[in-house]
Amino acid sequence: MSELPLSARLAIGHGMRLQWEEAQGAHVLLFPEGMVKLNGSAGAILSRCDGVRTLGDIVADLERAYATAGLEADVRAFVALALEKRWLELPP
Amino acid sequence: MSAVRPPGPPLWLLLELTYRCPLHCVFCYNPTEFAATGPELPTAEWLRVLKEARALGAVQLGLSGGEPLVREDLEELVGAAHGLGYYINLITSGIGLSEARVAALKAAGLDHIQLSFQDSTRELNDFLSSTRTFDLKAEVARLIRAHGYPMVLNVVLHRHNIGHVEEILAMAERMGAQYVELANTQYYGWAWLNRDELLPSRAQLERAEEATRRFRARVGNKMQVYFVVPDYFETRPKACMNGLGSVFLGIAPDGTALPCHAARMLPGLTFPSVREQSLREIWFDSPAFNRFRGEGWMKEPCASCPERGRDYGGCRCQAYLLTGDAANTDPVCELSPHHHLVTQAVARAERAVAGGGAARLRFRDHRLSIPVVTEAGAPVRGQD
Repeated sequence: MSELPLSARLAIGHGMRLQWEEAQGAHVLLFPEGMVKLNGSAGAILSRCDGVRTLGDIVADLERAYATAGLEADVRAFVALALEKRWLELPP
Repeated sequence: MSAVRPPGPPLWLLLELTYRCPLHCVFCYNPTEFAATGPELPTAEWLRVLKEARALGAVQLGLSGGEPLVREDLEELVGAAHGLGYYINLITSGIGLSEARVAALKAAGLDHIQLSFQDSTRELNDFLSSTRTFDLKAEVARLIRAHGYPMVLNVVLHRHNIGHVEEILAMAERMGAQYVELANTQYYGWAWLNRDELLPSRAQLERAEEATRRFRARVGNKMQVYFVVPDYFETRPKACMNGLGSVFLGIAPDGTALPCHAARMLPGLTFPSVREQSLREIWFDSPAFNRFRGEGWMKEPCASCPERGRDYGGCRCQAYLLTGDAANTDPVCELSPHHHLVTQAVARAERAVAGGGAARLRFRDHRLSIPVVTEAGAPVRGQD
């Protein structure tokens, strides 16, 4: 697969819903008859995928939020997995 | 009983809103004695159940039955559940799903519709459900797509349709399904009554798995295909419900709370009613929900088995149906002293498939519902 441009916008997959669950102390991704409990970094990435922000925005925002640099490779790896699993999609 | 860690939240709430259903499917897992159960909960009680379960942490909601569309308050329940933050799955035959209702349910916040088909052919679909519903279902599939729901097709597999897996998958692709569940029959309720007429042969099963593999290779991740293997062909049991009382909470039409939708027939347990107790008491404190939590209830070979934390001893209902004791090891496990009951049933299926002959199927039916249970005085057992 060719590398996703930093200008690509990312959205939660069709029919899926991301929400914070107090009882589990975690973000969860809900889809037909299933649920994934997300760890902290997965929740932080997916909760920024609102269909408006780009991959570049998300990396920059996370680096700001966690006062660190060099997150792009990690974010890319997770985004690739999430696209494969259709947790994320590229809006038209 | 030894100390058991307190359970987590009942993440998956299944409301069986009614046992009424226009279909008469031979593999239905509803209890054979469904007609003898009490009246359905009124709307206000279902609304309270939704609120209490959400407060306990329930988040995946299944609305099922019977056929949930026969409840006229379905849209109201969906609206309330959406407001509470549930992800709402409607599990339906599609019968009664008009365009107006599809739209009203969408507006109320329904997240997804799982539509059942019995087969890829009109003849077999209509025969197995004892109704003329194939064309109706095809129209409902179109409506589901048109209204932007993710579409999940569910087809229960057994001896009479498992040879059509290729055609069933092609039908799902034509309909634009995102998910397909090829769910081999689980033998409870009406399916248990019909088990010896439904169990496929191993060769049938292998051909179906091969057809599924070919389809997956061709279609890729455009469509997710789940193939639920019939556990009679396995040598280890399924981790049924992740252990009873662990994540699943089912409420039967009359308000009976169940740790598994088939558990109602387990003897010696008094399942609490939401009419009498709060869900918090039911989930955490009721003897019925605590009975099979942890490992203290296990017998050998489970009690000392290194795999007991992986499969929790399998299915309590299957252990009861096949061996007469719900605390026994699920006889699907080859370590069970009762495993021969499973292999004998499979051997009978092999002979029946090879021999052909007419099936003696008992269709789920309201009139049949009471006699079936009173004849034997207990859920009808196999002739093993």
